Amino acid sequence: MLASTLLLIADSAAPATNPAAITMFVGFVAATLVITYFSARKSSGSSAYFAAGRRITGWQNGLAVAGDYMSAASFLGIAGMIALSGYDGFLYSVGFLVAYLTVLMLVAEPLRNAGKYTMADVLAYRLSPRPVRAAAAVSTITVSTFYMIAQMVGAGGLVKVLLPGISYEVAVIGVGILMIVYVVFGGMLATTWVQIVKALLLMSGSVFLSVLVMAKFHFSIGEFFGSLSHITSHKGGAVITADFMTPGMKFKNPLDFISLCMALVFGTAGLPHILIRFYTVPDAKTARSSVVWAMVLIGVFYVMTTFFGFGAASLLGPDYIGKNGGGNMAAPLLAREVGGNIFFAFISAVAFATILAVVAGLTISASSSFAHDFFTNVIHHGKEQKPGEEVRVARITAFVVGAVSICLAIGLGPNANVAFLVGLAFAVAASANLPVILFSIFWKRFNTAGAVAGLVVGLISSIGLILISPTIMTVDAATVLPAARHLVQHAPIFSLANPGIISIPLGFIAAIIGTLCSSEPSAEARFTELAVRANTGLGAEKATSH
Amino acid sequence: MSSQTPRDFTPESGAPTDVAPTGRTVPKPAHELTADEERGAIDWDAIAADVDFKKLLAAKSAFIVPMTIFFLLYFFALPVLVGWCPGLMKTKVGNVNIAYLFAFSQFFMAWIVAGLYVRKAAGWDKASAELLAKFKK
Repeated sequence: MLASTLLLIADSAAPATNPAAITMFVGFVAATLVITYFSARKSSGSSAYFAAGRRITGWQNGLAVAGDYMSAASFLGIAGMIALSGYDGFLYSVGFLVAYLTVLMLVAEPLRNAGKYTMADVLAYRLSPRPVRAAAAVSTITVSTFYMIAQMVGAGGLVKVLLPGISYEVAVIGVGILMIVYVVFGGMLATTWVQIVKALLLMSGSVFLSVLVMAKFHFSIGEFFGSLSHITSHKGGAVITADFMTPGMKFKNPLDFISLCMALVFGTAGLPHILIRFYTVPDAKTARSSVVWAMVLIGVFYVMTTFFGFGAASLLGPDYIGKNGGGNMAAPLLAREVGGNIFFAFISAVAFATILAVVAGLTISASSSFAHDFFTNVIHHGKEQKPGEEVRVARITAFVVGAVSICLAIGLGPNANVAFLVGLAFAVAASANLPVILFSIFWKRFNTAGAVAGLVVGLISSIGLILISPTIMTVDAATVLPAARHLVQHAPIFSLANPGIISIPLGFIAAIIGTLCSSEPSAEARFTELAVRANTGLGAEKATSH
Repeated sequence: MSSQTPRDFTPESGAPTDVAPTGRTVPKPAHELTADEERGAIDWDAIAADVDFKKLLAAKSAFIVPMTIFFLLYFFALPVLVGWCPGLMKTKVGNVNIAYLFAFSQFFMAWIVAGLYVRKAAGWDKASAELLAKFKK
């Protein structure tokens, strides 16, 4: 299977124009397969497979968390958004970092102390496990699958532009097969190390790119920012000169800013693929230090989006980016402009590595939730029928999730407008997952009815509002390609791009109302135990010995 | 020795795996205990009622609650000002504007709050270790 994957890539890469990009990409794939081979020998048993034996160190997990978080949507998407919409794109950068304060102070340590493999462990701790786990599994799998489809469509589209010899379908299948190999054979350990390698590549690529951009401005911050105040572009025949430092180029309604910021700050602490990373470390203290490592890396990275986002606007201009693959191509195009073809190849390879690593992280989060929450705990009442069954189910699920994503990504095609799926993942995480996580850790009175109500209302309201928002419902101009059109050609019913401002309060309110409408003495009784566990780490899952 | 029966390769009961086979004959090693099994061994209510535990909780919330309110206010000031006071935010300071400087300051705010939290948390680790030592006889 491994050999055929490499062959597939090598064959189709032959007629491409950029051998350096292919060499680097194949190099990365080879390195990750070696990692998977060695991880596979250690990945037997649930704790080893789902949580890497809980022996990942603080800085390693920090890199892995940062890697999971800095997806292609961040690296390529934010660079493009700043290059085309200026300051408004930079707001994403700020929100992505500040969000980690929620993770650091409220969620990471209690989660590590009270949970085992999945986000739902913490919820099921003192609540009735089956309904809570079923609802949490649906939410986790929804978030992970939507996020993943967005990444896969992005990957396929990217390959088509960067490596003209590879078709969209081959690219999607290649990414899908690799991701299945990492997760099915290597489990969490392989996924973590793939993530670490990719985070290091991404950080070094971004530092080089930023330095090369600043070299164009003679390393003068003043000259750099000065160039941003009069960037000209053409729109429908008219010449527009804009100051890219001015807010409001993308969002006209102030509520859009607020709604976006809410989804970012509250969504991160509810993203299942980020949360399960805290189970891979030995204890809560290491979980804390890994968040700090992640905050340093993520912060430095998003500060650098200033240089390569605004830099692309200044050096390439919005017109050029628009004509050459759009926003997602801003960073690679900028790399070619400032560093030539070899650097272009390097940044492209980094972008692939990013996509591969993130889809692997999403797959393992979806499959552990299905195996641990749904199969073992909902169907089999928390008891494995045979030893090793949970891991076997997770492996099968990973395979199925991968196959389904490949089919959906191919079905949607390279030009599908899927950016909203990432926004949806954050909105669901903030509206459905975070309220119930916070309440189950901090609110004694909280109970099963509240948890199920919060999860269901948060999930439905965020998906529902996105369906009637401008991301889905917009009347496109006649010039827009059919595949890139919005799904519903009708004026939007809900005018904000992000549902957070409505759906997040709804999630919290539903959880409160559900709780107050029912009484569950057993859940309240076990709060004492949860509080002691969460705050002292007593009885927390331990690292396995070698 | 040569008359010994051929070795049975089925896993022996109690083999060191982290999945508990049914019908195990030896007690589980500590790292295999699941949350459920360890539960009975610890008197949670006694710890929760301990004055040092209450002090630990109070110290934590005395830091975490105000800090959370502070960082949320500081962060949401950004979209509020950008959305409703665009004139002020556009004001140029050298080659940049207030909007960018305020956004940039958020990075340092996040790092500083994280740094303060880590320093405080080191003290909590010590307090909780002392608390647990008291209950471990």
